[in-house]
Amino acid sequence: MRTIVNIFHQLGRWGEPVIEGIIRLCGISAIIFVFGIFFFVFREGMGFFFGGLDIVEFLTSPEWYPTSVSNKRYGVLALIAGTFSVTVLAMFLAVPFGLGAAIFVSEFCGPKLKETLKIVIELLAAIPSVVWGFIGLTVMNALIIDLFNVPIGLTMLNGGIILALMSVPIIVSIGEDALKAVPDSYREAAEALGATRWQVVYRVLLPTAKNGLLAAVLLGVGRAVGETMAVLMTTGHAVKMPTSPFDSVRTLTATIAAELGEAAVGSDHYRVLFIIGVLLFSITFIVNFVTDLVIKGIREKA
Amino acid sequence: MHNSKKKIEITDLAVRYGTMEALKGISFDVYENEILGIIGPAQSGKTTLLKTINRTIEFEPTAHVSGSVKIDGLDVQRIKNVNQLRRRIGMVFPLPVGLPMSIYDNVAFAPRTAGIRKRSELDELVERCLQQAALWDEVKDRLNSLGTKLSGGQQQRLTIARALSHQPEILCLDEFSIAVDPVTTMRIEDILKELRSEITILLVTNLVQQARRLADRTAFIFESKLIEIGDNDVIFSNTPASRLTYDYVNGTFG
Repeated sequence: MRTIVNIFHQLGRWGEPVIEGIIRLCGISAIIFVFGIFFFVFREGMGFFFGGLDIVEFLTSPEWYPTSVSNKRYGVLALIAGTFSVTVLAMFLAVPFGLGAAIFVSEFCGPKLKETLKIVIELLAAIPSVVWGFIGLTVMNALIIDLFNVPIGLTMLNGGIILALMSVPIIVSIGEDALKAVPDSYREAAEALGATRWQVVYRVLLPTAKNGLLAAVLLGVGRAVGETMAVLMTTGHAVKMPTSPFDSVRTLTATIAAELGEAAVGSDHYRVLFIIGVLLFSITFIVNFVTDLVIKGIREKA
Repeated sequence: MHNSKKKIEITDLAVRYGTMEALKGISFDVYENEILGIIGPAQSGKTTLLKTINRTIEFEPTAHVSGSVKIDGLDVQRIKNVNQLRRRIGMVFPLPVGLPMSIYDNVAFAPRTAGIRKRSELDELVERCLQQAALWDEVKDRLNSLGTKLSGGQQQRLTIARALSHQPEILCLDEFSIAVDPVTTMRIEDILKELRSEITILLVTNLVQQARRLADRTAFIFESKLIEIGDNDVIFSNTPASRLTYDYVNGTFG
């Protein structure tokens, strides 16, 4: 560190512009990486995208038979439906649970319990996704078969529960940070006015921390949409338009993970998997963009 | 001026934060409908005193309270529903804390938590409280804009309006004029004089002259102890009971 400082000293009056340039580069690098990844993924799939692939069929057909000998079909509607259904189910379970836990940890529990809970929750976030997949494959599978009396437990429900369990720690820790960022003077002012703890939470804290809480939820959504290994192991991996939570489904991510290794490099199948990658990329981009708009809307209203 | 009914009775009140003693056993009474000035240098325990009255002292995890504070004869430490207690006491902090909501919602906050829902009732209450705090004319056209966007002095008057919104029996002001210009301070002082007929006011202030102007009686607290309490005629005379009081009031020390 010292030598670096010395170097800048020797640079004399150029020191500051040099530092500024380096910092600027760091900032811009994020943009370069995003475009770089997009470009690379798109380049691999480009040949098929502009030659041969029927985009309408790609997006609207549930028939995914990339390795059929007689009639190859590349429809990803079932995969999109799989990704969305599992994500929505996971969020349905994880958002109330996660936000509830964040409020409890931040506002209602004692300091000792709080420390313990935070450590355990962080530990929960550190469990590798393949371990979650393993739990889904064994414990949750048996549990669902027993509880609901269905023939197979590797279903949308299983994947949704596992994804929810994976998202909750993120929602809790980011949500707790957002609530912690609300100044204590607000709490004290509100309580001095005779508000109960719960009234303080829903009248003062939630409105104040809503941006942070929304960010927490969307990071949870991001994790759920992008998760691969756990859903590959728990959802049954069957190409099918889901009609109930007890159907097996297949997600976009799991399809890429499972098939890319077997597709011949440069083949249509190989390329279409990259187009799925572009699709995933676009979905996350749209989710983030809409979030930004929503947050901006909230800000202006306030 | 005031009647002789005791509103607050403080007996042997001692507070410490960990090992630091903030109040070393003080006792005095506050009469109904009086303005009691509380003066003393910084760090002498004035704010702590106010906090024990509405039990916001409980926000300090290390605070330990002994002795008693009684309001209308009831020991506040024994009151089960602390929110009910706090609704009877208006509290104004040294630096204004505008809640991050509209001006209207700031003032309507306490009545709403107490269960008032009717729009017309709330409208009326908000207008009256803002009038009382001398803020109505400045904000009546923008009640829905954010309370935190007001200037410092306006925000302080907003917190006064808010403190009045639940029609408290006791109003505690903790150095309210710190963030307020002299003209506004005078306006607020006039309001306090009017309010005296309805509520009991505890006025903690660093400005000795403010206590002299406003209060009926004044208490002088120094080094966590109550040095003297008495009618303003006595405290601000040439012969208060304690030499310390005379020196402090006349600016010879502190």
